[in-house]
Amino acid sequence: MKTLSFHPDDSVHAFITTIPEVTYGDGPLSGVTVAVKDNISTKGIETTCASKILKGYIPPYDAHVVTLLKNAGAAIVGKTNMDEFGMGTTTENSAYGPTLNPLDHQRVPGGSSGGSAAAVAAGLVDCAIGSDTGGSIRCPAAFCGIVGLKPTYGRVSRFGLIAYANSLEQIGPMARDVNTLSNLYSVITGHDSRDATSVDKPYSHTPVSDIKGLKIGVPDEFFGEGVNPKVAEVVRQAIDSLESMGATAVPCTIPSMKYALSAYYVTCTSEASSNLARFDGVRYGPAVGTLKSWHDAYSDQRKAGFGKEVRRRIILGTFSLAAGYYGRYYQKAQTARQMVRDDFERIFRDVDVIAGPTMPDIAFKLGEKSDPLQMYLSDILTVPANLAGVPALSVPCGKVNNMPIGLQLIGRYFEDERIIDTAYAYEQGGA
Amino acid sequence: MEDLETIIGLEIHCQLNTKSKMFCSCSTDFRDNEPNTHTCPVCLGLPGSMPMVNKRAIEFALKVGKALNCTIRDESEFSRKNYFYPDLNKAYQITQYDKPLAEWGKLLIDGDNGEKEVRITRIHLEEDPGRSVHMGTTDRGKYTLVDYNRAGIPLIEIVTEPDLRSPKEARKFLNKLRATLEYLNVFDSEKEGSLRVDANISLKGSERVEVKNISSYKGVEKALTFEVTRQRNLLRRGQTVTRETRHFVEARGVTTSSRSKEEENDYRYFPEPDLLPLRVASWVDAIELPELPDARRERFISQYGVSPEHAKTLTGGLKLAEFYEAVASEDPALAATWTADYLLGELNYRDFSIDAMPADLFRELLTLIKSDTITDKSAVEILRLILDAVKDGKKPERPQEIVSRLGLAKTSGDQVTALIQEVIAEQQAAVNDYYAGKMQALNFLVGQVMKKCRGRADPGHLNTLLKEILDKKV
Amino acid sequence: MVTAEDVRKIAKLADVGIDDSEINEFTNQCSGILEYFAVLDTLDQNQPLIRERYNILRDDEVLPSLSQEEALQNAGQTEKGYFKAPRVM
Ligand SMILES: [Zn+2]
Repeated sequence: MKTLSFHPDDSVHAFITTIPEVTYGDGPLSGVTVAVKDNISTKGIETTCASKILKGYIPPYDAHVVTLLKNAGAAIVGKTNMDEFGMGTTTENSAYGPTLNPLDHQRVPGGSSGGSAAAVAAGLVDCAIGSDTGGSIRCPAAFCGIVGLKPTYGRVSRFGLIAYANSLEQIGPMARDVNTLSNLYSVITGHDSRDATSVDKPYSHTPVSDIKGLKIGVPDEFFGEGVNPKVAEVVRQAIDSLESMGATAVPCTIPSMKYALSAYYVTCTSEASSNLARFDGVRYGPAVGTLKSWHDAYSDQRKAGFGKEVRRRIILGTFSLAAGYYGRYYQKAQTARQMVRDDFERIFRDVDVIAGPTMPDIAFKLGEKSDPLQMYLSDILTVPANLAGVPALSVPCGKVNNMPIGLQLIGRYFEDERIIDTAYAYEQGGA
Repeated sequence: MEDLETIIGLEIHCQLNTKSKMFCSCSTDFRDNEPNTHTCPVCLGLPGSMPMVNKRAIEFALKVGKALNCTIRDESEFSRKNYFYPDLNKAYQITQYDKPLAEWGKLLIDGDNGEKEVRITRIHLEEDPGRSVHMGTTDRGKYTLVDYNRAGIPLIEIVTEPDLRSPKEARKFLNKLRATLEYLNVFDSEKEGSLRVDANISLKGSERVEVKNISSYKGVEKALTFEVTRQRNLLRRGQTVTRETRHFVEARGVTTSSRSKEEENDYRYFPEPDLLPLRVASWVDAIELPELPDARRERFISQYGVSPEHAKTLTGGLKLAEFYEAVASEDPALAATWTADYLLGELNYRDFSIDAMPADLFRELLTLIKSDTITDKSAVEILRLILDAVKDGKKPERPQEIVSRLGLAKTSGDQVTALIQEVIAEQQAAVNDYYAGKMQALNFLVGQVMKKCRGRADPGHLNTLLKEILDKKV
Repeated sequence: MVTAEDVRKIAKLADVGIDDSEINEFTNQCSGILEYFAVLDTLDQNQPLIRERYNILRDDEVLPSLSQEEALQNAGQTEKGYFKAPRVM
């Protein structure tokens, strides 16, 4: 085993925990510094999900991806800041304070994997691991000007990822360039017998920049109402440049987009309301009081331990599942979800990838979005890929007001390779 | 009012005897262990852990489904039942809700009015919660201690239609169900808490009451009998039965109203997102069921010539049936009588299961009875000595050794004749009384002979022989 | 439209605790968001999500468990090898 020292100048507050002396072994990632989002279990290292309710929690086991990283020789140097339990688009909802955007400290890095993105963008680490439930890797990648991939659902084991919304989320790689991302990705994929949703589709690909004949679908909905026209313009130029490399762009539509955001929020809050019920202070986290009877004691514990956004989403999810609401919300959301999948399946009969902006706008100013619904609306372009389970990535494609813009590429199931190639082609040719 | 029909339906939770838990690889063999020594991230509900379904639990549940003539759903799935309770590791229980594994079955029982079919509504799989120990006395001093060793033990829940008409019938149903599960080798009825029952009970035309928390077979009949009386008394007094959940307090044999707000719970079921659906209906064809209680009973009658009553008793539990077959070889009728009429009584008296009686010792005892070496009375005495030794944790003596040590061998015919002659010579007065027609004198003389041989003569045989000798002398 | 009473009831079901000072804010926000979600109710079919994969099972094998010490290491309060929790009676 070898060691390295890690003492980053973390002026953007990317980390919750850093490891000053890191040991690492041999392997394809030997000595590569990797930051891991703080919702991924690391044996012996505090894992908090940026929540007070998990303060002091030290997992007795490693998440599957962490085991794979260690086996590949990676140096895991710290745990990154995030929106509490992944619930946010800015990394402002952290019990440990917000992470700042390395490119403009007045702005957010995006979220919820904001700490991972900032650590990479600020050059503190070679690459990072994030998780993406409704855009949580792609949004901060776009806002910080790096590359981030949400893999096809099932391609990376979720064992050890502290669940926010199980049916939507995936762990994924983040890096400053496509090659590094690809190397990191090839280490973390593969089947895990402890995750029933894990699929045996390892990734072992070297990016190629030849995209001649590639057909790109460009959905109207990704350039419509709510999308900053300057952002739309930059992304259209990026698509033009892909065409100049031999690809063909064709317009398409995703009519189910009208239901996507609601379907997403109903599903994720429902699952979250159940996933987060276990945080009661009995088995882990700060001790629950035992003077009151259990419901009252738990309510006190959870009111004190969860931030407002988390409690708001738990309440929304509880509404969605409650008797009298289930049929109207949760069940209908599953219908809408199937419609989104059907739309993608139809579009992918004619095109190889779908392209559009990752986010409707550039990184927000800190504190700019205070209304929860307005915040939710900014996820509109990233949630469809999670609802369908298809792979999606964000690659930097230009700037507006000196802030980076992300080009989002969405692929067919298990064709992560193709969107990685497309991003690589753009990176090589467009840069 | 007395004849208002009683309507009972049961929900039976039964632990499956798999090696590992329902959703993780922890051992299910936790009963003699320290608290929280059979746990892992999954069954502790640690953040980030994920469930993985135990295939054998599915196979066991399918076996039960087939034995109870159920239809296996083409697609079934697991759901989360959300509620807070300290012993519930994840604050939800993974169970099955609107898509259970098996539906619409039946079980034939020996009902109050003859043979009867009880319909099975559904069978589903779920995980057991942990175990709570309630501590403290003053209100503010009370707290709960939790052990998660039991958390995640696989359970099947079997739900019946409201087809049972009396507490006794409910008990008979349970006995039959237990025997069936034992025969399938999916369940160990002797493990504490391995079978728990909730019962719905109403009197025709009145509201239904759910009695929860009945954890013994005997408790079911007791709890239901208490409820029938309670509900009848309410109606007799002109009051009505309230629809409610009541708890059975085993120690006092009563049910009490549970006023907790638990009843208002909205469990917010939804499909477990970490697990995929089951499509196992086709597996059923490959499952070969073992001989079940009814078939075994018929076989006992035809193969061993056992009486229907004995056959029913002897097939009422798997181990008992196996025990009988292990001892039946030499004289099946004798073995049936001694097992069903004598041994079971002695076992029940000591609260023992059939395991307490070593089959080879019992077989030896039967040989001694059959060869006329000992009297029935001595045989019972030997039986008791063996069981008492087991009770004291000692190695029991072999029947032959007991016979030798206590001199229990039956006195031979010649010896008895000699003793009779002795007694006739000694008890002339009694002999004369006999000739004078006083029948009590005969009993006295029998007693005297018995005394001389220390009870080792067969009483019936002695009686006949004595009479014969006396009558010849006239 | 949801009322403050609805939100209180739901918060109770979820054991998250709501202060009187928060109830209006939560009610307004939830109302607005649930109203936005109502677009789903315009869908008339209840078509379940199709799941292609099924029967993902594990063999019935025993693997080592955590030690009691490991199991209890993150608990706030323990007693005699048990987790200590609030009363339920
Ligand atoms: Zn376990």
